[in-house]
Formats: sequence, structure tokens, C-alpha cells
Amino acid sequence: MKITEQEVRYVADLANLSLSEEEVHRFRADLSEILGHIEKLKDIDTAGVEPMAQVLYEAGDTAILRAELREELRADRERPPLGAQAALANAPQAGAGYFKVPKVVER
Amino acid sequence: MDIPSLTIDQVRESLLARRFSAVELAREALSFAEARNPSTNAYLHFSPERALRSAARVDEKVARGEDPGPLAGVPIAVKDVIVTKGVRTTCGSMLLAHYIPPYDATAVTRLEEAGGVILGKTNCDEFAMGSSNENSAFGPVRNPLAPDRVPGGSSGGSAAAVAQGTAVLALGSDTGGSIRQPASFCGVVGVTPTYGRVSRYGLTAFASSLDHIGTLARTVRDAAVLLQAIAGHDPLDATSAEAPVPDYTHPLNGDVKGMKLGLPREYLKDLTSETGDLIAKGIDTLRKLGCEVRDISLPATDYAVACYYILATAEASSNLARYDGVRYTFRSESSGTLSDMYRHTRGEGFGAECKRRIMLGTYVLSAGYYDAYYLKAQKVRTLIARDFARAFSEVDAIVAPVSPFPAFKLGEKIDDPLAMYLSDIYTITGDLAGIPCMSVPCGRTAEGLPVGMQILARHFDEPSMFRVAYAFERAGGAN
Repeated sequence: MKITEQEVRYVADLANLSLSEEEVHRFRADLSEILGHIEKLKDIDTAGVEPMAQVLYEAGDTAILRAELREELRADRERPPLGAQAALANAPQAGAGYFKVPKVVER
Repeated sequence: MDIPSLTIDQVRESLLARRFSAVELAREALSFAEARNPSTNAYLHFSPERALRSAARVDEKVARGEDPGPLAGVPIAVKDVIVTKGVRTTCGSMLLAHYIPPYDATAVTRLEEAGGVILGKTNCDEFAMGSSNENSAFGPVRNPLAPDRVPGGSSGGSAAAVAQGTAVLALGSDTGGSIRQPASFCGVVGVTPTYGRVSRYGLTAFASSLDHIGTLARTVRDAAVLLQAIAGHDPLDATSAEAPVPDYTHPLNGDVKGMKLGLPREYLKDLTSETGDLIAKGIDTLRKLGCEVRDISLPATDYAVACYYILATAEASSNLARYDGVRYTFRSESSGTLSDMYRHTRGEGFGAECKRRIMLGTYVLSAGYYDAYYLKAQKVRTLIARDFARAFSEVDAIVAPVSPFPAFKLGEKIDDPLAMYLSDIYTITGDLAGIPCMSVPCGRTAEGLPVGMQILARHFDEPSMFRVAYAFERAGGAN
């Protein structure tokens, strides 16, 4: 499985990741090799097999999750929120109770 | 007090007999750990204020004659992907070098409620992505038993701290083997419980359908007692299981006579000769203890690495999207537009392995590839889980190697990502199936490198897993 540098740049763009030229070369080689290994999945027959969408799907009776059997929802009680100050404390730029980002809309 | 060999029971007895106080122990353990840390780089930072506060609470309880809790005064290390309120949590990443979480992970809250004393946060591969701890932005960890070798990863700091004696217990996280493999490489016990058994609230998300919090300790009993303290449903994690938590110490009685154990032939193919010999001797020990060990087959094993590196990277590419320069401390200096800010923040902030996985995950999820990769991998995951379900209809537990080889040299595999990924072959299957699995020391190579025995059990059957592990430990493993 060979992927091109153009594909690497396209994927980096989708992932919002700036890459150096050196990284583009490196990842082209790395991804080609890893995707080459992944090709082996073509050899295993999965006809009629359900994709696993729930990790404990095969867990059986030992894993009974009582939430599924619950007749009542939990009580709808107020809880104190994290609060704007704590939520913003790690922001690289914050002000007036908001996260600040570079201007998006031109006036 | 002999810090590097302490157990939970010894700490408890000493506190109750007033041989030392929890505060004295915390002080001593902190200065011991700080002095030893430069040789391994196991801890990224210490939390002395928090440790002394926890210890003081334990001493107050002892003074009042109250039960100080099952982990009373025990020095514990916490992997730095698990958040601690007010204590820096970096995930081994430059992106979070200055991140101070505003809340505690549930596992952290619970272990402190049980009397545990958190000494500090341990080094790990960036966002738990790696098998050698060489992907930390803050330098690799050295294996305390062989300083030119890796401790394993990604919970390398936690395993090294426990092995070195700078913590009695540690929390780790496991997505593809990140607790068991370093436990094996460092000669300690490492437990990955059933998916959903321990709340992930406050565990920095890597691959949500595979992430687990688990425990590391020097003995099976200590690992089980720590798991007991943190296991159980948590309303703050909707994926945490409501199934009742059984007593994990009850099965620690050495009696495994008549237990049926499966030895999967697919796990014996690529072992180094020394690892193979030690595993074979370990199996002999289990037979002598009265276990019936039979050959079993888990035929989908060969596809597990490919399956895992699709699912784990796809989920990671989504989970790591949040590090965009808006909320989490680091923003690139060279940002112009909003879009440039995202790209440069991520390009400068993430290390090579995180970028590689974001790229792979984005690729397999991109338009036109979903069916061939992600959907196919989810189907293969079903087959891997079914292999285990079929095996567990015949056996009580499965025994296998943890890794095909013992700890490798620093730098040996770092330039070959595929070789690094393939080293996870025997551990990722347990995560894919969501079953409990653990590493318990088996023996040492001629060079003195530890080799772990893996024990896997049915969903929520940690008791059978611990039963086998304890008997194996007591019998001396392969020796």
C-alpha cells in the first residue's frame, strides 16, 4: 500500500495539522508501511459478522448493567456547575467570561 | 521503615501500632522518591502539599480510633493522563505542559477516600500512545532494573516507580497493553480490569472504546486492594458498569486445584527463546498447582494489531481534536487566522507519534475509506471477542505471555513504528474484547530482565484472574 505526499497533505489538512516537509516525507513512508500491514484484514472473512458497536455486547449475564433494567430515571437534581472562572482558567486567551480566538468574521 | 519494599498491610499495621504516622511516612517517601527519581525519570512532578494533607487526614482518623481506610497512608503514584485538581497534569505532552485541571478523576477521589496518599504524577508516552515511554515530551523513562532499557509503555513511569520502590502502588491506563507490558518489563503486577469496571471520569481520552484505568503494585494482593478501592459504577461516566463489585481479596487463597486454563497456541509463535522457556516453566508451575492447562486456539489473533491500529487511531483522531489552542493552555505564537491557529498549535504541540496516529486515524475515517477500514475493523473486533467467548465456554481463564520479548534497549524501535506496534500483539486482544487481564511476574532472563505471565478471564471475572495470579505468585512463578 503506497500513499502519495499529496494524500499526506490532504489528510493533514483534514486533521488541522501543520506538517513540515520532513514530516510529510516521513509520514508518507510510515503510513504506507502501516497501511500495508493493515491490508491483511482483507484475508479474514467477515461476511455476516456484526460490527462491534458495544464493547460488552458479548459479555453475557455477568455484565448485567442495571441501568438497562431500571424503571426510573435518576432524580433531576440541581448540581453546582464547574463555573466560568474554573473553565477558563487554562485558556491561552480569555476575557469577559469567554474564550478568545482570532477574528473569524470580517465586518 | 523500608520504603522500597512496603506493602499495604505493612503500612496499615505500622500506622495502627503507631510505629510511624502517615505524615512521617509521606515525608520519608517523598524525599526517597525525589532522591531516586533522576535515575529513572519515572515521576514528572511531585505533589507534596496534597500528599501531606491526605496523610494528615489519615493520622487524624487513627488518633480518633476510626478506620483509616483500606489504603491508609499508602504512597501512590498516578499516571499523568489522569487528572488531579490543582496538580499539573501534562499527559506527557508539550501541549499540556502547564495544564492545571479544575477537577479530580473519580479514581483519584476514591483512592484518597480510601486513605491513599498521592505522591505525584508519573511519566508516560504522550497521550498514552506508545509501548516504550520514549514518546514523552519530558524525556524517556529508564527501566530501574536495566537503565539502558525501556520500562515499557505507555504507563512506563508508573511501572518504574513501583519497581524502583518510589511508590507502593500506582494508577495506570491501558488501551492496548499500556499497563501489562510495562508491568512485565519492570517485574511488577499490572491489572487491566473489565471495560467499564473503573470509571474513566478524569482519564484523558485516547480511544474511548478501549481505554481503561487499572492498577500496578509489587504484589497481587496490593493490586487487587487498589482495584477494589476504585472499582464500581460512577454516575459521572455513562460507560461505567453497574454490575456489583465482588470482594477481590477473597479468592487470594492459593487454591487453584481443578481450574481449567487455556493456553492459546497463537501466542507462542514469536517468542524469544528465553521468554518461551520462562512461559513454559510458568505453565509447569500452574500444572503442579493442580490446574488443568489445555491448548486452545484464538484464530483471529493474527488480525488484532491491524484491527487495533484502525480503531484506536480513528478514535484518537477524534478525541485529540479538542487540543486546538482554545481551551487547553498552549496556543502557537505564529497564529494568524483561526484556521492557522488550529493547525500551528497542533503542529507545534503534538509529538511525532501523536501526529502519526492522528494522520492514520483521519485517513481511515476519510471519505471513501470508512467501509474498508473502520467498519471492517469493527467486524474483526467482533470475531476477536467471539474467540474469547468460545474459549471461556471451555476454560476458566487464559494464560499467555504478555510480550514476545523482555524490555528492549532505548532507541531500538523508536524509528520503526510498525515494529513498535507489533510488539503489542498479545496485549491488544484483551482490550479489544474488553475482558480483564493482568501481568504477574513469571521469571527473569539470564541478563536479569523480567518476563511477565498474562492471565485473562471472562468479563467481570476479576476474581478468577486474581485467584490464578495469587497462586502463581506464591508458587514463585517459573522458578
